[in-house]
Amino acid sequence: MALELKDIENIAHLARLQLSAAEKSEALSSITNILSMIDQMQAIDTTGVEPLAHGFDASQRLRDDVVTETNEREVLLKLAPSADQGLFLVPKVLE
Amino acid sequence: MTNQTMKEALKQGVAELARSLARKDFSSVELTQAYLDRIGQHNTELNAYVTVTNEQALAQAAAADKARTAGTAATYAGIPFAHKDIFCTTGVRTACGSRMLDNFISPYNATVVEKMSNAGMVMLGKTNMDEFAMGSSNETSWYGPVRNPWNRTLVPGGSSGGSAAAVAAHLCPAATATDTGGSIRQPASFCGLTGIKPTYGRVSRWGMIAFASSLDQAGVLTRSAEDAAILMQMMSGFDPKDSTSVDLPVPDYLATLDQPLKGLRIGLPKQHFAAGLNPEVEKQIRAALSEFEKQGAILKEVSLDNSHLSVSAYYVIAPAEASANLSRYDGVRFGYRCDKPVDLEDLYKRSRAEGFGAEVKRRIMVGTYALSAGYYDAYYIKAQKVRRLIKDDFERAFKEVDVIMGPTSPHTAFPLGSKTKDPVTMYLEDIYTIAVNLAGLPGLSVPAGLINGLPIGLQIVGRDFSEAQLLNLAHRFQQATDWHTRTPGVDGSN
Repeated sequence: MALELKDIENIAHLARLQLSAAEKSEALSSITNILSMIDQMQAIDTTGVEPLAHGFDASQRLRDDVVTETNEREVLLKLAPSADQGLFLVPKVLE
Repeated sequence: MTNQTMKEALKQGVAELARSLARKDFSSVELTQAYLDRIGQHNTELNAYVTVTNEQALAQAAAADKARTAGTAATYAGIPFAHKDIFCTTGVRTACGSRMLDNFISPYNATVVEKMSNAGMVMLGKTNMDEFAMGSSNETSWYGPVRNPWNRTLVPGGSSGGSAAAVAAHLCPAATATDTGGSIRQPASFCGLTGIKPTYGRVSRWGMIAFASSLDQAGVLTRSAEDAAILMQMMSGFDPKDSTSVDLPVPDYLATLDQPLKGLRIGLPKQHFAAGLNPEVEKQIRAALSEFEKQGAILKEVSLDNSHLSVSAYYVIAPAEASANLSRYDGVRFGYRCDKPVDLEDLYKRSRAEGFGAEVKRRIMVGTYALSAGYYDAYYIKAQKVRRLIKDDFERAFKEVDVIMGPTSPHTAFPLGSKTKDPVTMYLEDIYTIAVNLAGLPGLSVPAGLINGLPIGLQIVGRDFSEAQLLNLAHRFQQATDWHTRTPGVDGSN
């Protein structure tokens, strides 16, 4: 199924990316090409093949539930574009 | 330090510098200053470093000299090197080639950074790279392209192009790098260097900015296998902070460098010697393979039946993981924020639109699409199934042979700007390297010839955790050939 401009708009929205009209049409053409390269893998039969998420097929390691991190709130807040009184500031969400 | 001593010092690799420093031929401060001067002379044209840490480097060098005088210096203390700008460095900007992180001063060190610093190594600065390591030419960097020291109209390869150019041009003796689909091995091939991507899990990913977490792995770019062995020894090992780090002892990589090769079975994947491979590259790769035969190895054709699907599967899996990893850049907690956002959604959308470059946005969108409702099975699950088939191919081959060899790249370095218009052409650059990441295996590229004055690389792929063997093979090859000693001669002094 061929991609359309509205698909690109939907993907860009899901990815929270603002695209100009020119960027949308560029994305439509380049992503269409990429998907047609990707679609080569559809030709092969993978019935019964277990998906491999990870080179080792490893399971997540667990650790003891003990505190290992120190409180670095001030250090981390300093990296924020906008912060005040221990809070990250963003435009008003509720009126 | 006389000019002559300085020139000699700048030619030395890590192993040789350790001996020179121990003999007090020169001090680490003298050596570090010589490198900083050389960076000052040549970095503008090559654009290999995005940050040079002059003061910090000289302070680390002075500390190493002091320890040496006191007799407490570690073996490699005082040796300069560079970090790819994907590794977080406390107090130093870590931008990952992106406008998004142009203002990001890391509050902590990556485990790799910590380990090298503990060994007394002197960081000269941070090297340029494709934005978030997404690229095969170092042309997607917010800081502009890196130029290949062998010919400045060509790309150095990517994504670790800055590290490769810096090592090749003797702007550092060695550099760290990362490889998600070929980002260490392809620049090593294009710049005439030894580059190793270890087994997934061998080196900690903690503090290494994530691109595709099931594929990313750190390694090094050096001018010899011996130097790579020294640095891999330093970087490798279990790290509880990385949940995919593997808890296995690190073998002594230097101890086995000279092991004889008699009886070694080398597999040549027929798919890597097929159409698309430059005939000159093939000729030189076959000549390199005959060196191994001379040392008693046996060549055998093998088949990686699904290798033609590796780029397809990779360009689902890597963008899917990237779209999730890069969702953290939201203009709220750190990194770039757009001007005067009208509401929260505008803040997210414009911060990400302005902070990310075109290729990063493209991959985020491909990944978002592959993971979205209705397409998840057809793309993401399908790609994971193909990934299993690709891994099975390697396992089958490793029942018949000990290692797999072939070209790292189908050709030599290409001109700047020649592949930027067509993403798919650029993606196919990694045709021989990408399957190795999907399978989690270790891979190494070693200089194996020159074509019209440009280097090519031989790729060696081994079983899980066979780094010692890969380094051994590369070292034996370098004992018999001198390709790795060829340098581009940036100012005619090399």
